[in-house]
Amino acid sequence: MRITKRAATVALLTAATVALTGCSAAGGGTTDSADAADCAPADGAVELSFTSWIPGIEEVVDVWNEANPDIQVAGQTGPNGNGGTYANFFNQLEAGNAPDLGQIEYDALPNFRVQDGLVNLASCEGVMDAKADFVDWTWGQVSFNEDDAVYAIPQDSGPMAMFYRADLFEANGIAIPTTWEEYATAAEQVRATGAYITNFSQGDINQFAGLVWQAGGTWFGNDGDNWNVDLTGDESIMVADYWQDLIDRDLVSTVPAWTTEWDNAYNTGAAWTWNSAAWGANSIASGAPDTAGKWSVSASPQWEAGDEASGNWGGSSTAVFTGSEHPYEAAQFALWLNSSSESLTMLNEAANLYPAAVEGLDLPVLKEGVEFYGDQPIYDVFAEASGQVSADFVWGPTMTQTYNDVSDGFKSAVSGNGTLADALATGQTSTVDALKAQSIPVAE
Amino acid sequence: MSALTESSVARSAKRVKTTTPAPKVAKESPLSRIGAMTVMLVFTLYFLVPIWWLFIAGTKSSSQFTSTNPLWFADFNLFANIGNLVAYRDGVFLKWMLNSALYAGAGALLATLFAGMAGYALAKYRFPGRELLFNIVLGGVLVPATALALPLFLIFSQVSLTNTFWAVFLPSLVSPFGVYLTRIFASASVPDELIEAARLDGAGEVRTFFTVSVKLMFPALVTVFLFQFVAIWNNFFLPLIMLRDETLFPVTLGLYAWNSQVNQIPELRGYVLIGALLSIIPLIILFLLLQRFWRNGLGAGSVK
Repeated sequence: MRITKRAATVALLTAATVALTGCSAAGGGTTDSADAADCAPADGAVELSFTSWIPGIEEVVDVWNEANPDIQVAGQTGPNGNGGTYANFFNQLEAGNAPDLGQIEYDALPNFRVQDGLVNLASCEGVMDAKADFVDWTWGQVSFNEDDAVYAIPQDSGPMAMFYRADLFEANGIAIPTTWEEYATAAEQVRATGAYITNFSQGDINQFAGLVWQAGGTWFGNDGDNWNVDLTGDESIMVADYWQDLIDRDLVSTVPAWTTEWDNAYNTGAAWTWNSAAWGANSIASGAPDTAGKWSVSASPQWEAGDEASGNWGGSSTAVFTGSEHPYEAAQFALWLNSSSESLTMLNEAANLYPAAVEGLDLPVLKEGVEFYGDQPIYDVFAEASGQVSADFVWGPTMTQTYNDVSDGFKSAVSGNGTLADALATGQTSTVDALKAQSIPVAE
Repeated sequence: MSALTESSVARSAKRVKTTTPAPKVAKESPLSRIGAMTVMLVFTLYFLVPIWWLFIAGTKSSSQFTSTNPLWFADFNLFANIGNLVAYRDGVFLKWMLNSALYAGAGALLATLFAGMAGYALAKYRFPGRELLFNIVLGGVLVPATALALPLFLIFSQVSLTNTFWAVFLPSLVSPFGVYLTRIFASASVPDELIEAARLDGAGEVRTFFTVSVKLMFPALVTVFLFQFVAIWNNFFLPLIMLRDETLFPVTLGLYAWNSQVNQIPELRGYVLIGALLSIIPLIILFLLLQRFWRNGLGAGSVK
């Protein structure tokens, strides 16, 4: 318990690195999971293990177990992915005792893919047919836009929109920004009242990635042979320069996200908007309880007036690990878990998961007005945003390293050393180096 | 802490050997007294303020947690918070506390016994390779437990013992520092003549150890127990790597798992805070109880 967060991260990274090295050394012996696995149902009853980090997932699993006596699933929960579960998955894959199924966020999937940790479920009955059941871009995240490939079943998603203090905007006669240009103007007006329009969180590189995603940028690509790394593409630099300008002019605050300081800024009206994902609705509601009823949600500001683009922040999938003896049954469970309305309702209630399944967007719980947001049916905004997320954005195989390097740069940029664009350039170099160090082919 | 123990052990060892008269108490100037007190006060504050903060945070409702003075009370909700924590997910928190108590209690007890026996044997018996063995154990003190977690995981995987009680319990039974400490202490505080006398009276080696030597080594054994208990209680990395089943988690790992979910499920923050507060109580109690015992033991040992 005394371990500091930093020390824990370092320790975890070390462990992950050791595991990775181990994996690539032993890689020759493992069968190539890239070929669609032979996916036949088992004869008798099977037992599956499933590791996730959603508290309350056991109850959802119980519902499945009751209806499927022949496919019994044992659900287990632990820390979140980057908090140690991914490192554990890699260790377990190396030791040959990984669970059958595991929760993996979209940005970590490529890492498991390049380590041959995932079973291609494309040949499992019903999996390819399910493609239409999921929002397009989420399917792209789990298939890496390859044909005949499905490496996981999408679970939840984080389409982004803008949370804003409706009361404060109205009281001060400031128009709700619909473009980023208007947002910058509004930022000046808000600053004139003594508050900040939002907080640019130095550590949350995922949020930044979501903004780049919205702008139409991509950070990675894979042409089948080589990975492309492009952290410094035009769109990324445009987004970085935009926020750098707001930081330079002291129009946004820069406290670390998810801290009491940060909660307090929202609770006391010192920050007026938050560009965040659907699951963020609950973060504000519990972090800023004194502001109940005063918030609203609108579509994200656009780069060009009239555009309809949205970014995505977060979201995870259910994958079947190499070594599972029952990929067929595992795939059936994963499909049910992530597309049946019964399961999706429970997941939403337990952990505010916002579904990746098309029908999930119409769940009754997601149609109601939300009291904290003045009874606005806020999820309608997110449902629309979900349809506007580009399917082209691809994550790289070493995201933990990329996140760490870029967020280190962001932290210095926020304190006046260098710029956000510099941080991206550094991240670009170090990511290419990291890929090379792991013998992952990379185009330059 | 460890420096303090080592020096007090060394001091008592010296006294046993030379039986010097009680040292003269030098008159110290009020200035140096005030200086020393100030330094101690600053450090006491440094260590106690975070605990005070944690206690205060534990008494607040989640809405008052962010909006009120972090170092002073708002409405007193401590018991309501504890009630919520215990009720959350069928009392899984209590299960974690029990697990921790079992890992740390039973683990430290056995570890102390093993370390005591090994240290005693190294101090009192002459056999070939004794120094080599001792030096290897000393080398073990230098290797951080964190570095061993991953190799242990791979070994336990070979015998299919990961994700079991034993995966955390067995590695907890080893305490190289305990062996070191008990050896030093045994060679200083257990006179050879006494062992010789016990042998002449017809006691076997094992009986001599348990009836005579253990009593003389008691202060060292209590120290080893305390250290090992705290080390196991706070051991986080090994369970993190070994365990998947939530019902086997020690409290540190359980709270960490919750804390990693705070972004998505903010109400967990309150549970983590109150849980952290409750999880240090056993350590505090243990220290208060055993510290007195341990000081008594040290005093008794030095006079004889």
